[in-house]
Amino acid sequence: MPKIKIPPVLRNATSGEREVNVEGTNVREVLEALASRHPATREQLFSAEGELNRYVNVYLNDEDVRVLQGLDTPVASDDTVVILPAMAGGSR
Amino acid sequence: MPSGQELIQKVKQQIREIEPTDLHSALHANGADDEVVVVDVREQDEWDAGHIPGALHVPRSHLESRIEQVVPDRSKRVVLYCASGNRSALAARTLEQDLGYERVESLRGGITLWKDRGYEVQVPRRLTPEQRERYSRHIIIPEVGLEGQMKLLDSKVLLLGAGGLGSPAALYLAAAGVGTLGIVDNDVVDRSNLQRQVAHAEERLGMPKVDSAEIAVKQINPDVKVEKYPVRLGPDNILDIISGYDVVVDGLDNFPTRYLLNDASVRLGIPVVSASILAFEGQLSVFAPGRGPCYRCLYPTPPPPELAPSCGAAGVLGVLPGVMGLLQSVEVIKLIVGIGEPLIGRLLLYDALAASFTELKVRRDPDCPICSRDPASISAEEMGKFPDYEAFCAGVA
Repeated sequence: MPKIKIPPVLRNATSGEREVNVEGTNVREVLEALASRHPATREQLFSAEGELNRYVNVYLNDEDVRVLQGLDTPVASDDTVVILPAMAGGSR
Repeated sequence: MPSGQELIQKVKQQIREIEPTDLHSALHANGADDEVVVVDVREQDEWDAGHIPGALHVPRSHLESRIEQVVPDRSKRVVLYCASGNRSALAARTLEQDLGYERVESLRGGITLWKDRGYEVQVPRRLTPEQRERYSRHIIIPEVGLEGQMKLLDSKVLLLGAGGLGSPAALYLAAAGVGTLGIVDNDVVDRSNLQRQVAHAEERLGMPKVDSAEIAVKQINPDVKVEKYPVRLGPDNILDIISGYDVVVDGLDNFPTRYLLNDASVRLGIPVVSASILAFEGQLSVFAPGRGPCYRCLYPTPPPPELAPSCGAAGVLGVLPGVMGLLQSVEVIKLIVGIGEPLIGRLLLYDALAASFTELKVRRDPDCPICSRDPASISAEEMGKFPDYEAFCAGVA
């Protein structure tokens, strides 16, 4: 089953879960499965039109899915999907 | 048997000598297509005391074993010199007769006559005995060595923020011998900072962070020059502040300034070593204009404020900025010394609870609104702006 790594800013939406294993054969199905299980993640991941929000980067293993086939990128059962929003924490 | 002097005189008749004036003209000829290689054959201490600018150094005692590494092309025009022209004459004969170099000359009168004619001598920079001792563990690493240490001593690094990330970076970069450390921070030291901001101290509560960090830096290495900027970085001052620095260390706590920094650094061609932290996790990457993607290629637009909590709001393990700030410092030193594989086009994620590092690829966006353009065309007005900028900043306020 593919694994999704949840970034710190989304963990409130996943009841604190850091990694979620979900069914799915492409990136869209995997993220949809996450959104079904944890509905609060949906609006943070997807725009109203159902596309990935621009401020969320999604990687299949180490590659940005935008340079692959986007949400249609095939996902194998041993793949890891990494969700990566920008962070700005630093100096203060 | 001839005397030593007689031998040298005899050798000088077998080789060609060149007058200092002629060598000087040959070295300063405009567009000279016949390049002259000047080789100093004296001993190390003589070389260290001053040599002809641009000369290579091969002591005569190592001539046969080393000359081919320095001058592999035997058809090149080679001028040898020593102190007064005797050792170089003997060396010239060896190169021509024994090693087959085709065009060798010996400088008549050596560097002594060269200096008497008023021509320039270059004295290699040297470390003081105290510096040699201080940086000895760098100097004995071949990848750094004396040359790398000199580069560090000549370098200027700007720290954006003297907080969680900037504190460890300031301390270790000062210890490493970075010549000038610029520090931008308009905050004062607060007790809640001391859980992670190790450049500050209980006794300096209330002091401007730039002053407190300067004290900490000077305690480690009094040679470091500290440039203090107790201001908030903004569109009006960013170009003036960052220009002239070799590397910028980004430990900023907000998105608008990160975009502003990105755009200004792309315009000026200055690499940025960027890190961010939250709770138990950190991100690190190097954005080097012209060599890889920029911050906007990675994050075209910032998240809405509710998805971008600061450390103040969300908390952070105190050690985490230490880890990330030191990873930044390592990247800074690699960029300055020119060693290793800088973290360009790659994003490193550190998860302290899992004790794991994850590496992601960062691609250059061919349509990037900033780094795909001629840097000179990036105007001051557009720097730091992004879609929904006004709404974003209203949301933050």
